Amino acid sequence: MNRTCMFLSRRQLLATAAATIAAPAVLRAQSGPLKVGVLLPRSGYEAGIGQDCQRGVDIAAGILKSLGLPELSIMNGDTESNVDTAREHAEKLISDGAQLLVGTFDSGQTTAVAQVAEQKGIPFVINIAGAPDITEQGYKFVFRNFPTAPMLVRDGFLEQKEVFEIAGNAPKTVVFMRVNDTFGTAMSKGFAAVMPKVGMPYTIADEISYDPAARDLSVEVTKAKATNADAILVVGRLNDAMLITRELVKQRWTPQAILSVGPGWYEDQYIKTLGKLSDGPMSFVPWYDPNKKLSKMLNDALAKAYPGVNLNTNHVYTFEALLVAADAYKRAGSTDPKALADAIRTTNITDNSSIGPGISFNAKGQNDKIIGGAIQNRGGKLITIAPKGAANGKPIWPMPSYQNRA
Amino acid sequence: MGVDVYLNVAVAGVLTGLVYGLMALGLSVIFGVVRIVNFAHGEMMSVAMYIAVVLFSTLHLDPLIMLVPIAAVMFVLGYALQAGLINPFITRPEHSQFLLVVALAIIIVNALLIIFGPDARSVQTSYAYDSFELGPVIVDASKCYAAAAAIVVSAVLFVFFRSTLIGKAIRACADNYTGALVVGLNVKHLYALTFAIGAACVGAAGTMMTLITDVTPALGPGYTLLAFVIVITGGLGSMPGALIGGVLIGLTEAVAGLLFTPSAKSMFAFGILVIVLLFRPQGILGRRLT
Amino acid sequence: MKNIAITRLAPGLSRRAMVLLAVLLAALLIAPWFVGDYLITVLIVIFYLAFTGQAWNIMMGFAGQLSLGHAIYAGLGAYVTAALFTRFGLSPWLGLLVAMPIAAACGAIIGFLAFRFGVAGVYFAILTIAFAEFARIGFDHLTIVNASAGLFLPVAQYSHNDLWRLRGNPTMFYYVMLAATAAAFVLCNALLRSRMGYFWLAIREDEQAALAAGINTFRYKMYAVMISAAVTSFAGVFYAFFYNNLFPEQVFNISRSIEMILGPIIGGVGTLFGPILGAFVLTGLAESVTSALAAFGVDLPGAKQIFYGICLLIVVVALPEGIWPWLASRLGIKGRSS
Repeated sequence: MNRTCMFLSRRQLLATAAATIAAPAVLRAQSGPLKVGVLLPRSGYEAGIGQDCQRGVDIAAGILKSLGLPELSIMNGDTESNVDTAREHAEKLISDGAQLLVGTFDSGQTTAVAQVAEQKGIPFVINIAGAPDITEQGYKFVFRNFPTAPMLVRDGFLEQKEVFEIAGNAPKTVVFMRVNDTFGTAMSKGFAAVMPKVGMPYTIADEISYDPAARDLSVEVTKAKATNADAILVVGRLNDAMLITRELVKQRWTPQAILSVGPGWYEDQYIKTLGKLSDGPMSFVPWYDPNKKLSKMLNDALAKAYPGVNLNTNHVYTFEALLVAADAYKRAGSTDPKALADAIRTTNITDNSSIGPGISFNAKGQNDKIIGGAIQNRGGKLITIAPKGAANGKPIWPMPSYQNRA
Repeated sequence: MGVDVYLNVAVAGVLTGLVYGLMALGLSVIFGVVRIVNFAHGEMMSVAMYIAVVLFSTLHLDPLIMLVPIAAVMFVLGYALQAGLINPFITRPEHSQFLLVVALAIIIVNALLIIFGPDARSVQTSYAYDSFELGPVIVDASKCYAAAAAIVVSAVLFVFFRSTLIGKAIRACADNYTGALVVGLNVKHLYALTFAIGAACVGAAGTMMTLITDVTPALGPGYTLLAFVIVITGGLGSMPGALIGGVLIGLTEAVAGLLFTPSAKSMFAFGILVIVLLFRPQGILGRRLT
Repeated sequence: MKNIAITRLAPGLSRRAMVLLAVLLAALLIAPWFVGDYLITVLIVIFYLAFTGQAWNIMMGFAGQLSLGHAIYAGLGAYVTAALFTRFGLSPWLGLLVAMPIAAACGAIIGFLAFRFGVAGVYFAILTIAFAEFARIGFDHLTIVNASAGLFLPVAQYSHNDLWRLRGNPTMFYYVMLAATAAAFVLCNALLRSRMGYFWLAIREDEQAALAAGINTFRYKMYAVMISAAVTSFAGVFYAFFYNNLFPEQVFNISRSIEMILGPIIGGVGTLFGPILGAFVLTGLAESVTSALAAFGVDLPGAKQIFYGICLLIVVVALPEGIWPWLASRLGIKGRSS
C-alpha cells in the first residue's frame, strides 16, 4: 500500500465500527465478499444512463450466487456526471476499502478514475466507455470489457452489411446525422477511416451534425429530408432520437430505414414515449446474445426486479464487469489487488451474455473479441437481427410509414 | 436545395422563435422590472412542465386547457418566492442575486431529479404529431398552437402594462424605484406581483412546451441562457420585444443551421447577442437607458 | 510570526492575520504525510478553486466587473498547453508563456468591447457568458485539438515525479497547486496595496467619481481583466495536466464558470481571504454532506446537491458580505480589505 493512513476521521471510525459490527468476516482478507466500488453518473445530466447501469448492478447478486461465484460487497459512488467528482469519489471509495472499481460510462470520468486506479494499484474494470485512448496508456490495472469507438464503428458497418444481406435490400444513399459530442465526433472520424475499407453499398449524401443540447431538430430533419436519401445513418442519443423521430412524423418523411450506431433508439424511454412510432429503427450496438443462457437469466432477473424494462447494453455490460470481478476473485483466492489484476488478465469466460466468444483481455487490458450486434424495435420489444448466430428474428425492411401507424 | 426547403426552414424558424419568445416573456417581465438576474428561469419552466406532465397523466387534461390553471399556480409560487426570499436582494449587488438564484436552481433541479427520476417525461396528446400542409410548406401543429399562445399572452401583458392601473404602477417602479416609493406605491407588493406575473408567463410557456419537447430535470439551464439572449436582443420589459427577439434568434438559428453546420448554429445567437450588447444595449424595442 | 521576510511578502496584514496564515500554511505543507490520498485529492480541488477564485476576484472584487464566463481563460490555458505538449512535447511551463498572453489577449478583447461600448453590470456578465459559449462551440468544432472527441494527454508512469512536464504523483500536484494558491495570494495582496489597487477600489466604488478625479478608468479596468485572465489560465494548465483529458463541452461549460465564482462570493468578494475561505467551506461542505449521507445509509442521487444548495442559500441570505468579513470580526482581525 502506498501510504498508511494515520489520520482517521470520525466518519472513517464510524464506518469501520459499523462494518466491524455488521460483518466480522470482512476483516479477514482471505474470505468474505470482495469490496467493489461502483462509480456511475447517478445525478447530473447523465443521470438517466447512470441509473440504468445501476439496474445491472442491482440484479447481479442473485445471478452471481447461482453461478457459484463469490459474493461482492457493492459500494455505490456517484460521479455526478463530473470529472472532478469522479476522481474524488474514486479516491474516497479506495480509502474506504474498495478492492476493485467498476465504472463509469463516461469517457472523461473513466479516464480520471483510470488514473487513480492505476496510481493506487487497484484493478478497475470499465463497464462502458468508448474512447480508445483509455487502453492505450500502458496501464496494468485497467481493463475494459466494452468495444472502443473504432471497434464500434467497424462492427457497425459489418453488421449493417449482414443485415442488408439477410433483408436482401440496401440503401443506395444515406444521410448521416450525428450529435456533435465526444461520441458522435469519434464515430464520424471512424466512419471516414473505416468506410472505404469495408466497402459499404451506399454513399453518404450529406453529413449533418447537431448540438447535443439541441431543443429542436426541425431544421436538421428538413435538411436531411431535402437530400432525398434512402435511409438515415445516425449517431446520437436518446434525446435527439426522440426529437428526430417526432420531426420525421411531422414533416411526413419515412426513410427506408434508420440505421443507428449508438444509443438512444432502442432505449425504454424512446419506446414508451413514442409507442407505435418507435417501431422500425435498427441499432448497431454492443448487445447481448439472446441465445446464451446468461442472457436469459439476466432477462428473467430484470423482468422480476424492474418489470417493463427491456434488457439492454447498459445492464448487460455493467453486469459483466461485476462478473469479471467475481470470477477473478474466485480464481485469485485473495483480495490482494495485484493478485486480482493478474487474475483478471487471465480471464476467459465463455458463458457470458454479450455477443462474441466471451470475455478475455489482451495485453492492453482490452477485450478485443467483442462482436457488435444489430437489433430492431418491434412492438415495444428489441429483436436481435444480426449476427446470424445470435439472431432471434428477421429484419423488417423497409420501415412501415409513420403516417399509417394508428 | 429548392425554395421549398428554405421556405419550410424559415417558417419553422419563425414558429420556433415565437415559442422561444413565449418562454422568454416571463424573464422579460422579471428582469425588466424587478431587475433580478433570474438564472433559475429555465428551472422554473421545468417545474411548470412537470406540473403539466403530472396533471396530464393523472387527470388527462389537455395542455391547452391547463394553460390558465398552471399559470395561476406558478403565479402563487412566484409571489411567495419573491416576497419571501428574493425581495431583500433587489438592492444587493448582482453577484449576490446570482448566487441566490443559482442556489435555488440547484435545489430545484435535484429535487426534480429525486421526485421524478432522470427519465424524460412528456405529454402525449392526440394531436401531438399533426402538421398542416400549406402548399410546399409543412407546418408543425403543436408549434402553431404554442406560437398562438405566445402572441395571445404577449398581447394580454402588453395591454396590462399599458392600460391598467396596476400595470402602470409596476412600470413606475421599474422606471424610478425611489420615485415610486415617494409617490406612495407599495413597491414591495408590486415587485412580488410582477415576479408572480413573470412566473405565470413561465408557467404558460412551460405548459405549451410540453407539447413540443420532453422534460428532464436537467432541462433548465439551456433555456435560461436562451431566454437571456432573447430578452436582451428584444429589449428588456418589452412584451413585443421578447417575441421579436425570439423570432430573430429562431430564424437566424434555423437559416444558419441550413446553410452551415447545425451544431454551430448557437454561435449565431450569441453573435447577435454580442452585437446587440455593443451597439444597441437596450435591445430592439427597449427604451434607451439613461 | 516575527519573520521579517514573510511580513514583507504581505504588507498591510495585521499581526493576527499573519499568525493564522502561517499556521494554516504550515499545516497544509505537512498535510500529505498525515492524510490519505482521498483528502489530498479533495485539497487539490480546494486549492484549484481557491486559486481561480482569487484570480476571478481581481476582476470582480477589486475592479467591480462581474465575469460569468471565466472558464474561457482556464480553457484557453488548458488547450494551448495541452496541444503544445501533445504535438511538440513542449513543457507546460514553457507552454504557459504562450498561454498566458493568449488568455490576456482574450480578456483584452472582451474588456475592450465591453468598456468601449459601455457594457456594464449584468450586461457585461452576459457578454462574458456569450464569449465562453462561443469558445465552447468553437472548440467543439476545432479538429486541430480533436474537437468534441476530446484531447487526451499521454499519461506517464507515476514512478517518478517530473515537475518540468507536470507528470507524476498526486502529491506533486498538491504542492504545485498549493504553491500556486500561495503565489496568487501574495500577488493579490500586492495588487491590492499598489497604486493600481487604489484606483481599482475607486472604480469599484464609484466609476463616475473616479473618472472625475482623473483616473483613466478604461485602462485600469483593462489591466484588471487582463491580469485576471492571465492568472486564471494557469489553472487551466494545471487542470489539463492533472486530469489528462479535455472536452470543450466540459472545459468551457458555464457550470465551470459558476463553480469558479461560488467560492469568492460565499467567502467574500473583494476580500483577500474570501476566495480561499470560500473554497475550503464549499468543497468541505460538499464532501462532508456526501460522507454524512453515506454514513446514514442514504443512497439518493441528488440529495447531496440539495443540501449543498440549501447551505448556499442560507449563507447568501444570512451573510450578504460573505463569510470572511463575519469571521474576521469574530477573530478580531482588522485590516483594510483583508
